[in-house]
Amino acid sequence: MFSFLHVAMPPLPLFLAQLLVGLINGGFYAILSLGLAIIFGLLNIINFAHGALYMLGAFCAWFLLSWLGISYWAALLIAPVAVGLVGMAIERLFLRRIARLDHLYGLLLTFGLALVIDGVFRQLYGSSGMPYSIPAELQGATDLGFMFLPNYRAWVIVASFAVCAVTWFVIERTRIGALLRAATENPELVRAFGINVPRLVTLTYGAGAALAAFAGVLAAPIYQVSPLMGVNIITVVFAVVVIGGMGSILGAVISGFALGVIEGMTKVFWPEASTTVIFVIMALVLLVKPAGLFGRAG
Amino acid sequence: MSEALLEVADLNAWYGESHVLHGIDFTVDEGELVTLLGRNGAGKTTTLKAIMGMVGRRSGRIAFAGAELIALPSDRIARLGVGYCPEERGIFAALDVEENLMLPPAVRPGGMSVEEIYTIFPNLAERRRSPGTKLSGGEQQMLAIGRILRTGARLLLLDEPTEGLAPVIVRQIGAVLRTLKAKGFTILLVEQNFRFAATVADRHYVVQNGCVVDMIANSDLGIRSDRLHEYLGV
Ligand SMILES: Nc1ncnc2c1ncn2[C@@H]1O[C@H](COP(=O)(O)OP(=O)(O)OP(=O)(O)O)[C@@H](O)[C@H]1O
Ligand SMILES: [Mg+2]
Repeated sequence: MFSFLHVAMPPLPLFLAQLLVGLINGGFYAILSLGLAIIFGLLNIINFAHGALYMLGAFCAWFLLSWLGISYWAALLIAPVAVGLVGMAIERLFLRRIARLDHLYGLLLTFGLALVIDGVFRQLYGSSGMPYSIPAELQGATDLGFMFLPNYRAWVIVASFAVCAVTWFVIERTRIGALLRAATENPELVRAFGINVPRLVTLTYGAGAALAAFAGVLAAPIYQVSPLMGVNIITVVFAVVVIGGMGSILGAVISGFALGVIEGMTKVFWPEASTTVIFVIMALVLLVKPAGLFGRAG
Repeated sequence: MSEALLEVADLNAWYGESHVLHGIDFTVDEGELVTLLGRNGAGKTTTLKAIMGMVGRRSGRIAFAGAELIALPSDRIARLGVGYCPEERGIFAALDVEENLMLPPAVRPGGMSVEEIYTIFPNLAERRRSPGTKLSGGEQQMLAIGRILRTGARLLLLDEPTEGLAPVIVRQIGAVLRTLKAKGFTILLVEQNFRFAATVADRHYVVQNGCVVDMIANSDLGIRSDRLHEYLGV
């Protein structure tokens, strides 16, 4: 009896290590699907370029460090601003032209942009990936008694929680957030109240891009900085968004973290299924609640 | 020249291919309350939307306080001091009452304070933290009117504010319109209910098939009521 339990239950450190990995991945899923949800809400575009923007954020940090010697901490601010500006340019140059057309055009356009951006970086940097070292302040690990917690990983979890919380606060509790929510419902009327809605759209896409880049910088020391990193994560993030419900802010955050943890736990109990579990959940959610767990139907 | 605050001349408007307004002409003087009356589908809502720049295409002249609006986008029009209250009220579900009230930015000095608005509409003050669309129809209408009073707009475009409301609420809205007029607002009111319109307005324009076909002073409404009944099909 006891020996059976002993076999069935994995050792505690493995369990905790995977929980940690799950929370970290969940943090990335949450930040990325949050940006997707905001962009979808206002622009009605399923932003397939989101993975490319995340990758650009990581590359931006890498350029800053290896070309200019600019630290991780500065990159955490500079990369989101730089990629946010790239996002604003993409919106002004491309997305605005198709704003009145069906969803599908936005999806195809952003998909094409992602292919171009990914292709250029793969051409220049191959697909092997380049290391980005953990900043000196966060190297090492803390002994929690029952396990060693790598400091950088703890920081990633705290930072992604904080970014999600701040974003939620801005959207739900501030004036600019009220404008965003209102324009998501009825952009023509918000414009007729004197708000420059096209500018709000540009800023929103830029903010979504900046969030993706922030996640990219956070990810750089954990994964390698690679042209493929966006492609690798974005498929899972889309599944997360479908599960949470397109356009729901809180839904994006909760399902991001929850699915990261579920994925991590699956690695412990049934490793072979860990890469598919999210897609299985997605299929089930689509069958039972097509609008997503937190989405409003229609 | 003329004293009109708003002068609309030969206004045409299209939704895609369909040509809805065919040369609308009317004026509204400073401080006046003027109505657009007409049957369903006559083009009253479209006239307000065309003034606001919310239709696909429009042509003609819309002079407001010395500015020509015909080529301006709707945010610029609002910033010149035009407040718009849509027929469907346009209360935002994702915003609470106070957020709805505070949404339109102040465009000119001289708007009413939030306290003044809450004095006119005490119901709104009690429910300031409720989601906007949880209010009753009458309260939503008051919110839709209240939120354009803060901005300093001097011309208010109100699209059927009494539609679907109980008589007691309609009387309240009538009192509010008279208060606003006394405060110096200029009001262009779209109505189907001419009995209500007669209690608040100075003049009426009759809209038919995308044209203005008649103008009736409120004092003449009695002697011309047969004509009006014919226009409105009542
Ligand atoms: N978005 C639209 N697209 C195409 N046609 C429209 C649209 N909105 C209104 N119309 C048409 O334009 C004409 C005028 O409509 P409008 O809404 O201005 O009438 P109205 O006088 O406000 O009527 P009501 O009293 O029913 O509100 C109608 O024939 C209507 O079918
Ligand atoms: Mg109408």
